[in-house]
Amino acid sequence: MAAINRDDVAHLARLAHIEMSAQELDRMAGELAVIVDSVKSVGEAAGGDVPATSHPIPLTNVFREDVVGHTFTAEQALSGAPDSLDFRFKVPAILDEA
Amino acid sequence: MTDTNELIRLTAAALAEKLAAGEVTSVEVTQAYLDRIAAVDGGERGVNAFLHVNAEEALAVAAEVDALRAAGGAEAEALHVLAGVPIAVKDLIVTVGQPTTAGSKILEGWYSPYDATVVERLRAAKMPILGKTNLDEFAMGSSTEHSAYGPTRNPWDLDRIPGGSGGGSAAAVAAFEAPLALGTDTGGSIRQPGAVTGTVGVKPTYGSVSRYGAIAMASSLDQIGPVSRTVLDSALLHQVIGGHDSRDSTSLPDPLADLVAAAKTGNVEGLRIGIIKELHGEGYQAGVENRFNDALELLKEAGAEIVEVSCPNFQYALGAYYLIMPSEASSNLAKFDGVRYGLRVLPEEGPMTIERVMGATRAAGFGDEVKRRIILGTYALSAGYYDAYYGSAQKVRTLVQRDFDAAFTVADVLISPTAPTTAFRLGEKLDDPLAMYLNDVATIPANLAGVPGLSLPGGLADEDGLPVGIQLLAPAREDARLYRVGAVLESLLEAKWGGPLLAQAPALGELVEAKEAK
Repeated sequence: MAAINRDDVAHLARLAHIEMSAQELDRMAGELAVIVDSVKSVGEAAGGDVPATSHPIPLTNVFREDVVGHTFTAEQALSGAPDSLDFRFKVPAILDEA
Repeated sequence: MTDTNELIRLTAAALAEKLAAGEVTSVEVTQAYLDRIAAVDGGERGVNAFLHVNAEEALAVAAEVDALRAAGGAEAEALHVLAGVPIAVKDLIVTVGQPTTAGSKILEGWYSPYDATVVERLRAAKMPILGKTNLDEFAMGSSTEHSAYGPTRNPWDLDRIPGGSGGGSAAAVAAFEAPLALGTDTGGSIRQPGAVTGTVGVKPTYGSVSRYGAIAMASSLDQIGPVSRTVLDSALLHQVIGGHDSRDSTSLPDPLADLVAAAKTGNVEGLRIGIIKELHGEGYQAGVENRFNDALELLKEAGAEIVEVSCPNFQYALGAYYLIMPSEASSNLAKFDGVRYGLRVLPEEGPMTIERVMGATRAAGFGDEVKRRIILGTYALSAGYYDAYYGSAQKVRTLVQRDFDAAFTVADVLISPTAPTTAFRLGEKLDDPLAMYLNDVATIPANLAGVPGLSLPGGLADEDGLPVGIQLLAPAREDARLYRVGAVLESLLEAKWGGPLLAQAPALGELVEAKEAK
């Protein structure tokens, strides 16, 4: 497994939508390299024939009748929004046209 | 009326009895706790267990219970056994009428439009909610130092950490600021704070307590559970919050066992208790090891059969956890985008696109540990690394489950120290994420496998006089066994100490005096 470097962290920060300063990238790259190195053994432990577990307790899907239940009012749904207009979330420009 | 200083030291079970007998009112009890919070929680050296105190509503609920009791009749008869007993709620759990921050700046001042299922159940039982307790940001940490609102201090030594992420709930209970609290446990966040504060904490079987309304960190690992001063008190609270909830897709359909009866069983004769070879010895503080051995001795004298089991794959559990947890967290925290709730930060210059607003918002709103885990999770899930990291970690999860399955063929309950050390000093491990992660080495396997775990006080370490936690683990859906063994061990230990361990904790008189001097 490859080591994680500063360029990787910059790329990952973009993917995760977190702006990072040069200083932050330097520090994070160093810390993550140590952490990634420490979890490497995981790859050695699990052979190809071991099934993966995504959920600790096996469950099967259940269905219910498709009936209208409790819903929030627009006011409730918007109550924590940083900005709203006419009962809708107001967002900055989606495309780079501003 | 009982002296308020005595009142706040009663167990929840004793309070419930006094309330039912009319010896004390819920308003008196609730006010006594609010006064205690005012005395020891604030200020420069205060415990800082609470992020929000809910005095008005708590007293109103208390008054309602008192009025129902005073009126008598069917409604008084129908009151829940814990009606009128106050409780604190970890600030990761959403509440109507009180802010929920998750310990993060990104949710500062945010109010949920709905209650978590567990909160609805507390309200149905008419338990006054004292307030919301401090935690590591989004429950990411083992010391509460990653809270955006300052660390919580350990009531046993105010310069030490109370554990994490649920340090606020554990410290509140240990400092007699609440008789009960709710916590959440993803890798040990209920049990490890319990261990280092000399309190009891239980992580129930995954899916047995609804997670609806708990802000998700790692959805396949998160579990809400009780925090208290005694095993019986945790059983009483577990009984309130447990059981199926159709709003949580991972909620188990099973009916809840009688956990209170289990806590009152009173014997462990013939039970096979397995020492996990890999979870003690090297890497564990001597004082922790000594108290662990004392506990084994007591259980043996009480008629339990002590066996040794080996769980060889537990050595990979910490690594698997630190791949699965950040992967799920990076996905769960994507919803904090500056659009639907919480903080929005505009970039200082350049185009105001939503992408850039998101980047600036998350940069300003998340703390270092949260960013670290999001980046690590994004890495573990990225193309080319997925199989090697997330895929392998999920295979280790299967191996850990198999180890548990094998261990539970020869033992009814497993036992280990809860944490490898006692409480460390504030700041001691803050700059070393890996050292911080090692705190959870003994608690993580239970989360990976979904099995229940309980931590109870095992005494004080010889070298530093700080609390040591003993962890009990049972097969999935067998939470009752934890209460049975835990209550027996607790009574044997208390007989040895001549009272509860917390009776030996500092009275925090200097905080009260500092407050009174002002």
